[in-house]
Amino acid sequence: MKVLVVDDEQDIKVLFEQRFRKEIGDKQMEFVFAFSGEEALVYLNQHEQEAVLILSDINMPGMSGLDLLAHIKQKYHKPPPIVLMITAYGDKENHDTAMQLGADDFLTKPVDFKLLKTKLNQLIQ
Amino acid sequence: MTNQMAEQLEEQYNNFVELIKNNYPLENISLLFVPEIMGYGANLDEKLFNLNELYEGWRIQKEQSVGLDIQFEIKPVYRRISNGEKVAIYVDEVNIKMTVEGIRHENELRLSIIFEFIEERWICTHFHGSYGLGVTGDSWAIELMKEKNHELQRMVDERTIQLQNTIHELKSTQAQLIQSEKMASLGELTAGIAHEIQNPLNFVNNFSEVNKELLTEMNEEIIKGNYEEVKAIAKDVIDNENKIIFHGKRADAIVKGMLHHSSSGSGKKEPTDINALADEFLRLAYHGLRAKDKSFNAAMKTDFDPSIGNISIIPQDIGRVILNLITNSFYAINEKKNKSEEGKYDPTVTVSTKKINGSAEIKVEDNGNGIPQKLMDKIFQPFFTTKPPGQGTGLGLSMSYDIVTKGHNGELKVDSKEGEGTKFIIILPIKS
Repeated sequence: MKVLVVDDEQDIKVLFEQRFRKEIGDKQMEFVFAFSGEEALVYLNQHEQEAVLILSDINMPGMSGLDLLAHIKQKYHKPPPIVLMITAYGDKENHDTAMQLGADDFLTKPVDFKLLKTKLNQLIQ
Repeated sequence: MTNQMAEQLEEQYNNFVELIKNNYPLENISLLFVPEIMGYGANLDEKLFNLNELYEGWRIQKEQSVGLDIQFEIKPVYRRISNGEKVAIYVDEVNIKMTVEGIRHENELRLSIIFEFIEERWICTHFHGSYGLGVTGDSWAIELMKEKNHELQRMVDERTIQLQNTIHELKSTQAQLIQSEKMASLGELTAGIAHEIQNPLNFVNNFSEVNKELLTEMNEEIIKGNYEEVKAIAKDVIDNENKIIFHGKRADAIVKGMLHHSSSGSGKKEPTDINALADEFLRLAYHGLRAKDKSFNAAMKTDFDPSIGNISIIPQDIGRVILNLITNSFYAINEKKNKSEEGKYDPTVTVSTKKINGSAEIKVEDNGNGIPQKLMDKIFQPFFTTKPPGQGTGLGLSMSYDIVTKGHNGELKVDSKEGEGTKFIIILPIKS
């Protein structure tokens, strides 16, 4: 399963690679990273045929995670990629907006990776 | 005394009252006073030796009274008939209220009149007006003056206490206003602070957990004697530790900055990395606004001069100024964006620093709507705001101005073009 992680925090790459090192080592999962909403769209456009699960931050300079989510859910209909939002703002408004825009799940930072792994497994199934 | 005499006496008295009120025809005063009437008073016109001089004195008074609002209130104090009912003494209290150039004056006079019955008619032979004093056994009214002095002193003391209380209240109100401005700007930051703390915490928590797992693995590898693998794991652990330290410090700086920002104590000047300070507040303001207004979006540009070094400033105060200017800029671009066609406007805020001769320049620039020329004189005035009620205290820029000029001997300049944008420049002296 390929996962696209979208976050403006550069260290997110090392963190995911460390926390999923077993899954990466076993080739169960593959991670690619985009450090802005715009960068994520470029990747998706270049890999249109690829099935990908998206984990996106909300608060990023430029295109926000919510904008990215709306764009993805509108543009990629068949099948729409699974999008899981991860944000430092766990407020109700953000949660409800994300859900209305079609987010498949919603997690807050600091990320509980055990929970994230469980949710990823559920979403993949 | 016959009834006729009594009636005539009353009539002459009434004539006298009318004269005081300037209602008695002056050409008839020879019917009211004896020709040799004499008297003197406090001003030069009141020294008279005959009827002509009395006439002259009253003429001046009548002339001066034209157009003035004068009200009389006359109360009898004392009446006495003596010398075989041929001399009558009338003593009255005359209260005169007069408005001169809009200010109301009040005089309380004691008027004494002597009428004598000469050649079958009552006529005034003497009169005297003075300030009445309710004293006895005190010819010069010294005791009364002392009493008045004490009364005045008491009033002065009372007023002084009132003024001190007022000053105290004003100072406390001012302190409260400053604190509420700080709190208002802190409110704008809260969400930004949450974001800026949760992100580093995400790394601190997760890298710590990773390290725990790695150290368990390392232990297993040690038992196996697989030291090459141990070395590789140790390197990862160290790298992760460095990340934990970095992000821990990042969160620490945010909390310290927040506490500094809301502190009401007088800060001390300390060498401060102005570039880091500006960057920190730009991020906090951005994330703060973004959290409140999900649709808010702007390009943030920075151009920091690395040669600027550390400058001796009160960091929480200058931080507050920078935050205030950035918040204003964000507000300005958001206003313009809301009124612009989609895609036709790129809202941008630029924060830059520059070392110029002996000064450090911090510039906060936006491409918003600018400040109308007619408001330029007012923007640094306390309580001036263009924001809707409840959205701004109107103290941000005036406080910023005081912090830069009075607190740091610097300058706060503004350059704005209506429709194009605004540039605020903080100039701070760099001490060698």
